Amino acid sequence: MEASLEAAHIGTIWGLRFTAPKVLGSMVRGPNANPERPEIMPPDVSALQVRGLTKRFDRPAVDALDLTVRRGEFYALLGPNGAGKTTTLRMVAGLLRPDAGAVSILGIDALADPVAAKQIMAWVSDEPMIYDKLTPLEYLEFVAGLWGIDPRVAESSAQDLLVSLGLEPHLHERCEGFSKGIRQKVALAGALVHDPRLIILDEPLTGLDALSARHVKGLLQARVQAGCTVIMTTHILEVAERMADRIGVIAKGRLVAEGTLTELRLQNGRNDTSLEDMFIALVDTEAAAA
Amino acid sequence: MSSATALTWFARHEIRLAWREWLAMMTGARKKRTRAVIGLLVLAAFLHLPAYAVIGRFADLQAPLDKSTLIVVSATIFLAWALMLSQAIESVTRVFYARADLDLIMSSPVRLNNIFSVRIAAIALSVTAMALLLSSPFVDVLMIAGGLRWLSAFGVVIAIGLSAAAVAIAITVLLFRLIGPSRTRLAAQILAAIIGAGFVIALQVAAILSYGTLSRFAVLTSDAAAAYAPDFDSPLWWPARAAIGDGEMLSLLLAGSLVLLGGVMAVFSPKFAGTVVSASATATITRRGSRAAPFRRGSRQSALRWKEFLLLRRDPWLVSQSLMQLLYLVPPALMLWRSFSDSSAATVLITPVIVMAAGQLAGGLAWLTISGEDAADLVATAPMPPGSVIRAKVEVVMIAIATIFAPLIAALAIASPMQAAVTAIFVIIATVSAAAIQLWFRVQAKRSQFRRRQTSSRIATFAEAFCSIGWAATAILAVTIPVAAIISGAMTALMLAATWKISPRRD
Repeated sequence: MEASLEAAHIGTIWGLRFTAPKVLGSMVRGPNANPERPEIMPPDVSALQVRGLTKRFDRPAVDALDLTVRRGEFYALLGPNGAGKTTTLRMVAGLLRPDAGAVSILGIDALADPVAAKQIMAWVSDEPMIYDKLTPLEYLEFVAGLWGIDPRVAESSAQDLLVSLGLEPHLHERCEGFSKGIRQKVALAGALVHDPRLIILDEPLTGLDALSARHVKGLLQARVQAGCTVIMTTHILEVAERMADRIGVIAKGRLVAEGTLTELRLQNGRNDTSLEDMFIALVDTEAAAA
Repeated sequence: MSSATALTWFARHEIRLAWREWLAMMTGARKKRTRAVIGLLVLAAFLHLPAYAVIGRFADLQAPLDKSTLIVVSATIFLAWALMLSQAIESVTRVFYARADLDLIMSSPVRLNNIFSVRIAAIALSVTAMALLLSSPFVDVLMIAGGLRWLSAFGVVIAIGLSAAAVAIAITVLLFRLIGPSRTRLAAQILAAIIGAGFVIALQVAAILSYGTLSRFAVLTSDAAAAYAPDFDSPLWWPARAAIGDGEMLSLLLAGSLVLLGGVMAVFSPKFAGTVVSASATATITRRGSRAAPFRRGSRQSALRWKEFLLLRRDPWLVSQSLMQLLYLVPPALMLWRSFSDSSAATVLITPVIVMAAGQLAGGLAWLTISGEDAADLVATAPMPPGSVIRAKVEVVMIAIATIFAPLIAALAIASPMQAAVTAIFVIIATVSAAAIQLWFRVQAKRSQFRRRQTSSRIATFAEAFCSIGWAATAILAVTIPVAAIISGAMTALMLAATWKISPRRD
């Protein structure tokens, strides 16, 4: 099957209509795809494979972490403040150099070939990274230019994304007057405009109102349905519970539990436990062990 | 809490804020604060040497002064006042637009008139304190060499600070009324820069037009100026007379400035609240972009360059902050124009001015493009080698400098092709040096922190300034005494190499 960067209607989630590129599982390049985009990969390749990842600041922030995220999976990474979630994801995104360990993104060694890894990956932080003096459309044009996307494809994709996120009235307004929620949506659109295979989001729902949060969640679900992999940290456990295929709990820089909600319940020995109860129990256990 | 207690408490709060703001501005990171304070004290002590060189010869001045001396002293005091006014306008604008506590103050159950009176007084106090600090080496030198009577010069400095703050508040509030809050910020910044530089430039322009020299003292010490100057009893000379120890004049001056400040507080405090509301309301106004053109085709580097130019173009405040340095190009440009009709040897002075301005401007632009990246994570996660990103950003600096200085160098080429070639070469060297220093000392920051960019690294700031001066000196020597240029160039290159050596290590 051929992959294409053309936008297509892929479904309606929570009453919102979403479009996404027709990538759908295959890594074979389509007619509009970026020629620099890495091509054919074995289907059994993980979206993200982290081995022995270590980072120390004053104390170990990430401690020989092993983590595997499958392709097409929505993975939620949970943990208390200071557990090492953001540090882990910043190292995966190439924003921080690990002290030790290996990071593989869809089969690409991200430490040896960061440019190739970045080509198929997007990073969204909790603080929207946008320029006050650009309009959302100009911002997306800049991002598409950085990722080397064909301008015609990028323009149509940008328009679709901004409309999907409810930003149509703001297309030509400068970002300087936008609320946190709108800024976060613009940043998210920027992350998606180059059609990444792996999307990493650090607390993307912080500061969003209910409708904006629904827009964002819907868009991410749509991407996962289209074959994209999403890794997201969140403190909103209800979001992880409802959206994630698998959940990883990190504490003191180590993965202390991982699995589907059912698997986590089994590990915890109680079928009726909520994710919140399990999370608190796990974190308390780790704190007591320390 | 009684009203008086609340005001006293608020005054203490304001002074503490001003002190911390100043300390942060001067010393940067908290970790290095003690070291930075010691460094500042050493620098202050060191500054007494150049102060002695500049002002030492005036220490023996005694009343009555002759007219030429009166003019020079008064002009120097007026220049200091203009600089303080410029600083005060910046402070007032910052209070309107940047203080994060305005919402809290406006919603507190305290009379706003009183609160804003205290804030106006705090502005005056901080401006005066800054004036006292900056003038200390000069007044110290005068006192050491000329006796304690020069202590009265500190009184003149206090009068300068208070009156400059009062006038700055009046100007800023009036600007709000006249042109509205959305334009006031930019207008006030430009006005501050023009006032700060304008007096010196005006003197230079007059000197060029009348005497064909860049020296501003040429006008002040001329017979024509003395002929037009008023008599010794004129109020125009009060500040000069007060400075050399006339107690009566000093009392009048201090009383006048206090009355002026009091008047401004009485008239403008009630308007402050409305002005603040207008300013904060303006912050949320949405501005529309200019285009709906199709997405551009081009390389990743060209996308970066396009973004940098667009951001520069759309931020008039930043542009004004950077381009204000170009005001100093007005006198040499004028001199160049004059040299077409008069083959004055003084045109050689144009070269160092251009080279120095290019170096300083390049430093500011390089900071904006390299360190002042508002979406640093986005650019860092883009599929581009870091070297390509840096190259694109340095290209923006080079293009901007070329665009600004090429016309001036082209005009110089008509007058003196050789000098133009030397100037062009040293403009490039100064630009590359400034960009390199910014690169070696880069830190991640917001563009809005542009004014405080010096605090991130004092070494980078001084290195940038000294390199600009060094290359400017080398350029003029290359035109006049080429052998000396080799020595000067080698020293500047050595300084640059030393800066690189002590710069933080980069991946």
